Amino acid sequence: MNAKRLLTRAFTAAVVALGFSAGAARATDLTLCWAAWDPANALVELSKEYEAQSGNTMHFEFVPWTSFADRMLNELNSGGKLCDLMIGDSQWIGGAAENGQYIKLNDFFDANAIKMDDFIPATVVGYSEWPKNTPNYWALPAFGDVVGWTYRKDWFARPELQAEFKAKYGHDLAVPATFDELKQIAEFFQNRDIDGKKVYGVSIYTERGSEGITMGVMDVLYSYGFKYDNPDKPYDMEGFVNSDNAVKGLEFYKSLYDCCVPPGSSNGYMTEGVDAFKSGQVALQMNFAFTWPGFNTDANVGGDRTGYFANPAGPNGDKFAQLGGQGISVVSASDKQEAALTYIKWFAQPSVQAKWWKLGGYSALRAVVEDPGFATSQPYAQTFLDSMAIVKDFWAEPSYATLMQSSQKWFHDYVVAGHGTAKQALDGLVADWHATFEEEGKY
Amino acid sequence: MSDHLIQRVASATPPRLARRIRGVSDRTIAWLFVTPTILLLLAVNIFPLIWTIRLSMTNFRTNRPNNPVEFVGLENYRKILSNPDTWASLQATAHFLISTIVLQVVLGFTLAYLINKKFRGNDLWTTLIVLPMMLSPAVVGNFWTFLYQPQIGLFNYFIEFLSGIDPASFSMIGDVSLAPWTIVLVDTWMWTPFVMLICLAGLRSIPPSIYEAAECDRASKWRQFWTITLPMALPFLMLAVLFRGIENFKMFDLVVQLTGGGPGATTQLTSIDLKREAFEKWRTGFASAYAVILFVTVFGLASIYVKALNKVKDR
Repeated sequence: MNAKRLLTRAFTAAVVALGFSAGAARATDLTLCWAAWDPANALVELSKEYEAQSGNTMHFEFVPWTSFADRMLNELNSGGKLCDLMIGDSQWIGGAAENGQYIKLNDFFDANAIKMDDFIPATVVGYSEWPKNTPNYWALPAFGDVVGWTYRKDWFARPELQAEFKAKYGHDLAVPATFDELKQIAEFFQNRDIDGKKVYGVSIYTERGSEGITMGVMDVLYSYGFKYDNPDKPYDMEGFVNSDNAVKGLEFYKSLYDCCVPPGSSNGYMTEGVDAFKSGQVALQMNFAFTWPGFNTDANVGGDRTGYFANPAGPNGDKFAQLGGQGISVVSASDKQEAALTYIKWFAQPSVQAKWWKLGGYSALRAVVEDPGFATSQPYAQTFLDSMAIVKDFWAEPSYATLMQSSQKWFHDYVVAGHGTAKQALDGLVADWHATFEEEGKY
Repeated sequence: MSDHLIQRVASATPPRLARRIRGVSDRTIAWLFVTPTILLLLAVNIFPLIWTIRLSMTNFRTNRPNNPVEFVGLENYRKILSNPDTWASLQATAHFLISTIVLQVVLGFTLAYLINKKFRGNDLWTTLIVLPMMLSPAVVGNFWTFLYQPQIGLFNYFIEFLSGIDPASFSMIGDVSLAPWTIVLVDTWMWTPFVMLICLAGLRSIPPSIYEAAECDRASKWRQFWTITLPMALPFLMLAVLFRGIENFKMFDLVVQLTGGGPGATTQLTSIDLKREAFEKWRTGFASAYAVILFVTVFGLASIYVKALNKVKDR
């Protein structure tokens, strides 16, 4: 009798143990949330390797850029469990960290020998750290990105255009060294007939709804001397946001909009820029680096027909560029944090990062970008490196969305709608941002 | 048949339950039927309204669950009403509302008047005219964005055909003076058929005998229109105005697709402004106060209007 009971207990224990071990090894369905764009497709391809290695299944939730922040911030704020992994915009990091929406990754990085020193410093500060410049990490740099320029190399190379340009402006038609030169080129091509087709000067960001015009304006303003606040007194913006140089920068952006964009460019962002360039409408185009691989292989403008350059210098010789890109984080509300962390561990491997770059993803791992062959691996690789070396980013405060809406309103109102002056727009922006920080208790 | 059913139900009811039901008054039974609806109404309408009013007096932000929620009294209301941007949004909304209603009523009534006549292909024309209102506003917005595109859009080429103006020389969506009319035009294109249908119902409800009597009295067509057609169709017309007014006061999707509220804030209607406060800036308390103000405005105006409508109906 006793032996029978013992056997029964042993059998039960074995079944329970088997059940537990099966549970522990059971494949997990993970959902990764990101924007719907070309790099996301590359990530789907890359992740097949992770699925094969881990046995986990990856699902993807990709949302178009114009509604990405709306949709995903809603998800984070509501504690939704849709996303286990989030490749969120760099500016979300403050809010996500302070509101406990991302898990802190310091211990995980230490336990898995993932070192932030191995990544491009600007991406670590921009995508991972909160508070900025402190070793508190909430994301692994996933996709390095920056605003830069593309130009029609084949048009620039035409002898008759070169001669005409030199006669008019006194210097060669070449990659502009300053923003003034960039505007000259844009003016030169505006309404010009090339191969029987009317073309225009430049495509720049003007989108009103999400963050477009702010990204474009800031990309220019930094090189004109714009600063977010007093370096010695945080959140003191008077005389920095609306400095004389910043006013000149904003006036420049408006003059570029007024003189040299294609008709109907009052609400354009990344997609519209890509369309304008690929369809052969513009000589110059402002856009994030993620678009460059697409141009390089395009049937109309690919190969030698397109060139790339980092932001030119402002009037005082300063050169800065607007940071884009994102880090990958684990969402606190997820029930599958352990499995999600295995994805980050896999993604951080140098071999995976190297493959990421090959597939069209901009790796932020130094081992990849500092490889001797990197700069020549693609026609745009050197420009990417040059641009990443001069980046600045928008506020990453928890109140980022409010700050962004204010700049969207003031910039669009001045640049596109033509209301008021640049000085009034920047003064208004200072007042709005001041009110936001006051509500945040920063003063 | 129904007596038979009642008898079957009565015989199937357990005796104890039957005794209890026999002791219940008609009034109680009425309450039993109405109570679920009232509870549902309280849950989905009244409770959210009270909750919104409560939130409107706090500094609550949905994206800051860890922040303490403080009572701020009427501060949010004061901030909204003293904010020039709010008034600019209200002005844009008023322009949109008045322009669309005037255009849609005039065009809708005219179309209904014409469609009401007997002619060959009447049904086909009616179907074609009502097609735009069957489309999704988001689709219409996207569709018209292309039509308004200065380089490839048919609209600009149509203007060139009529006036000779270079199509690339103006941008309907990007121009401050044209953008407000851009959204008016699209909304009118889409919703005039709706007004037409309501007016058509009104016109068809007028008994032909009245017109026959007027003919006997040798009343001219013009006089028949002013003394019979318009007064008798007026309640329907006013109903159409009420529906369109309420709809356009909360207009969002179409305008967001077309202009995104731009250029600048030229076409930023109150609904877009409210959405930005609530779901982009996440100022939940502030946005709640804004929503309450808009609710009171619409509710007040609609109440006055419904009273006027009833007076017209009673005449």
